[in-house]
Amino acid sequence: MEEIVQGVLEGDRRCIARAITLIENEIPEARQIISLLYPRTGRAHVVGVTGPGGCGKSTLVEKLVRELRRQGKTVGVVAVDPTSPFTGGAFLGDRIRMQEHSTDEGVFIRSMATRNSPGGLARATKDAVHVLDAASKDVVVVETVGAGQSEVEIVKVADTVVVVLAPGLGDEIQAIKAGLMEIGDVFVVNKADRENADKAVVDIRAMFETNSGEQVWKPPIIKTIAISGEGVGELLKRIEEHRGFLEGGVFASKRRERVEVELLEALIQKISKVVLGDLKQKGELDEILEKVVAREMDPYSAAEKVLAQKLRKIGRS
Amino acid sequence: MSQEHKIRVLVAKPGLDSHDRGAKIVARALRDAGMEVIYTGLRQTPEQIVETALQEDVEVIGLSILSGAHMTLFPRIMELLKEKELNDVMVFAGGIIPEEDIPELKKLGIKEIFGPGTPTETLVKFVRKNLPKRI
Amino acid sequence: MFDQEKIEEIIKEKKRWEQTTLPRWVKTRPERQIEFYNTSQIKIDRIYTPEDVKNMDYLQDLGFPSEYPFTRGVHATMYRGRLWTMRQFSGFGTAEQTNQRFKYLLNEGETGLSIAFDYPTITGYDSDHPKACGEVGRCGVAVASLKDFEILFDGIPLDKVTTSMTINGPAAVLLAMYVAIGDKQGVSRTMLGGTTQNDMLKEFFAQKLCIFPPKPSVKLVTDIIEYSTRNLPRWNPISISGYHIREAGANAVQELAFTLYDGIAYVESTLERGLNVDEFAPRFSFFFASHNDLFEEIAKFRAARRLWAKIMKERFHAKKPRSMWMRMHVQTSGCTLTAQQPLNNIIRVTIQSLAAVLGGTQSLHTNSFDEALCLPSEEAVRLALRIQQIIAHESGVANTIDPIAGSYYVEALTNEMEEKSTEYIEKIDNMGGVYTAIEKGFLQKEIADSAFKYQQEIDCCKRKLVGVNDYAIANECRTIPLLRVTPKVEEEQVARLQKVRRGRDNAMVKKILAQLHDDADKDRNLMPTIIEAMKAYATLGEICDVLRGVYGEYKELIVI
Repeated sequence: MEEIVQGVLEGDRRCIARAITLIENEIPEARQIISLLYPRTGRAHVVGVTGPGGCGKSTLVEKLVRELRRQGKTVGVVAVDPTSPFTGGAFLGDRIRMQEHSTDEGVFIRSMATRNSPGGLARATKDAVHVLDAASKDVVVVETVGAGQSEVEIVKVADTVVVVLAPGLGDEIQAIKAGLMEIGDVFVVNKADRENADKAVVDIRAMFETNSGEQVWKPPIIKTIAISGEGVGELLKRIEEHRGFLEGGVFASKRRERVEVELLEALIQKISKVVLGDLKQKGELDEILEKVVAREMDPYSAAEKVLAQKLRKIGRS
Repeated sequence: MSQEHKIRVLVAKPGLDSHDRGAKIVARALRDAGMEVIYTGLRQTPEQIVETALQEDVEVIGLSILSGAHMTLFPRIMELLKEKELNDVMVFAGGIIPEEDIPELKKLGIKEIFGPGTPTETLVKFVRKNLPKRI
Repeated sequence: MFDQEKIEEIIKEKKRWEQTTLPRWVKTRPERQIEFYNTSQIKIDRIYTPEDVKNMDYLQDLGFPSEYPFTRGVHATMYRGRLWTMRQFSGFGTAEQTNQRFKYLLNEGETGLSIAFDYPTITGYDSDHPKACGEVGRCGVAVASLKDFEILFDGIPLDKVTTSMTINGPAAVLLAMYVAIGDKQGVSRTMLGGTTQNDMLKEFFAQKLCIFPPKPSVKLVTDIIEYSTRNLPRWNPISISGYHIREAGANAVQELAFTLYDGIAYVESTLERGLNVDEFAPRFSFFFASHNDLFEEIAKFRAARRLWAKIMKERFHAKKPRSMWMRMHVQTSGCTLTAQQPLNNIIRVTIQSLAAVLGGTQSLHTNSFDEALCLPSEEAVRLALRIQQIIAHESGVANTIDPIAGSYYVEALTNEMEEKSTEYIEKIDNMGGVYTAIEKGFLQKEIADSAFKYQQEIDCCKRKLVGVNDYAIANECRTIPLLRVTPKVEEEQVARLQKVRRGRDNAMVKKILAQLHDDADKDRNLMPTIIEAMKAYATLGEICDVLRGVYGEYKELIVI
């Protein structure tokens, strides 16, 4: 493990890749990797890119990477795609748009499947970001699935959230979940050469007025044409501005919030692993299940009972 | 409890060949069999394919080619895999590859070459059965 | 077409037949499948009667050849006057090798040329570009400069043959070369006859040989149509293709509908140039595949003609009958060929050719039996040509026009194919047209789903593939000779190309390329400048690089 950790810190691509795999597969030893790397994280600017499908997120990310490289920055990209709940498999096709960068030493691209994480974002995404951060990438871009809860999940991972929309969604701009409007630090109207681009900007601004409330940072709305790269320079400027804003004080509290969430999630994960693991091992889960199925007990009382039992046991040992 | 082992496969189309019907069907079949499939689209250079395999830490690479350029592109890919020390990746191939070329390709380290008409189930079983030992 | 009373009597009798004569047969010889479907997912009935075509009107729906709606054929004498052109798609290695293959085929009786280019050429790279390494001459002839064309057409007079060029992204370059060779041979541009495939839309969702993004690609397509309409009266500037859509996995209805929609888009783009529809539409041509289901294919070809005629008349208000003609080239399907028991492919190609001829094609390419293994050998391609010649001269099917017309089955199927294609056309219309459909991945998804379904049917043996999932030979030993293209080809080609670059007036080439850049920037028609560039021995890669600089490169949307 130490070899891999050392490799990550030196930026060795093989080690970075293997570290992410071990973490993703939840190999027990992988915990060691995270604990050794964690102190070296917190340096990279983590940018989340989210939004509905078909708006050109991948093309935009490619152009952002290009621009960042032009500025001499190193970049990590984590592209997340959904795991099929039926087959357990996933088609990871986001890197197609970024393949030109695959042989650039300053760029590391990794595709991840959600593996049916309840939140929609791959459970290991946070850790993959930590690995790339520890490998000294200046910017880590996380591109997420365009629909579902992962749009909101991205806040747990990113410093700056970029929400990408496109005109031609028409009335759908209204239908976009309010959650998306709340988490965006920068908004992009891509495919801005389309007819309704200006209207889309107006619509988004209007949604702010209704949803915002107290806001110190006013999310800018940038128009881009990702295919040609138009507007990408400005977008990057705004992203960097947001980073500046965060460093002015909010960064610390935002990071603290995120770390708190991370810690709680790690706790919950550990607890459920221990309790459920124990239950399943002893076959006790089936026993309780029978009782609930037979309507002798409701699920909540059953859970309370189980937890009380397990905690007593842990207390004793 | 650790995650159920997900097999990560890279399906790649080296060179200028644009026939992707087969590659896409294979990608879909492997996904439906529960694997995570990275497909990098058309016109991939050997360098791009090997770099992708490295970054994605795949266990398996499936190469699809119908243009006749396999005797130039496959050796280059295998050479690069060796250079990058990706010795724990299993490579298989398919497309229009004359039988007489197969022995030489296998010598290079390509585990198996599948011709047109191979049922997708055969490929799925093959991948499952021939996973490399991870270093 | 039929008396209502008579129809009712037939319906009654059919019911009686189903209740009295049929049952014991079904009992003792149960049908091979519960239901029969063709590849378009159209249910095939046990038997067809006048009931199935009761609303048909002969004069309105079929008519006579060379008259609206052209269902029965575009030429009034069809094959009685002139057989379809036997045009074998060929090309490999160097221009010398392909020139020899052309002469061989012309000698064996083919009546038109068709060029297959190698991958570097069709993707816009010179033979010595890094991406061309290992690919030069492998699945087509390598063409990088006019020098290659001079050799390719050596001894072939362009006023005596017509040439089809399967080229899309760099089509303007190849057409320019052809014009330049014609000029060199002293053939008037008004006499140059042939076709450039030049159909970029299908590249975006089927063949995937794109260089530039959709809008500039269609701009180039239209440049060629416009230039050709004004300067090359015998040239077919476009061959709107369904072949590749079908090969990518679409079914017959999708092949038909998506091809026609591409046609609609090209008519629209040319109208936007200010040309009148009757000026350019007569030279639009089409290209379809022919698969194994004989009657489905015949119905498809007939429905295609009728639908296109209606589209041209009703949607675009064409006045000249020739504007409503759908002239087509057909190629037997590559993806139906098997590597197992390759001789079986001869039978497949024969059935597919028969379908094309009974369907009224103007031009036909027959695949060679060894093409699932390699490029066709001389013997194999000669045999492929013989299939066409035997059908033409020995089977009798070419001696009357549209012989299958009137078959209750085929007419019902033709109607249904027209109906189902129209549904697709309306769907794409409602979506906002073909660009939106491509952007949304709609066409790609339809094709990918059909392809996957087809594969599943083969995997579970629901669809039999003789020699593959049925009647297979274990440990089959194949001993047919394979055509190999050697690495020497690449060496020779690269050497020639570099010699061309050294020997030309490089200052002149630079000047013309700068002019081209300006023309592209200012949206002018690029053909005149490209012709000039070819004559100065600019290379194909150099032209494409200039255009890449102006238009950008396309990245495909992947839909599995």
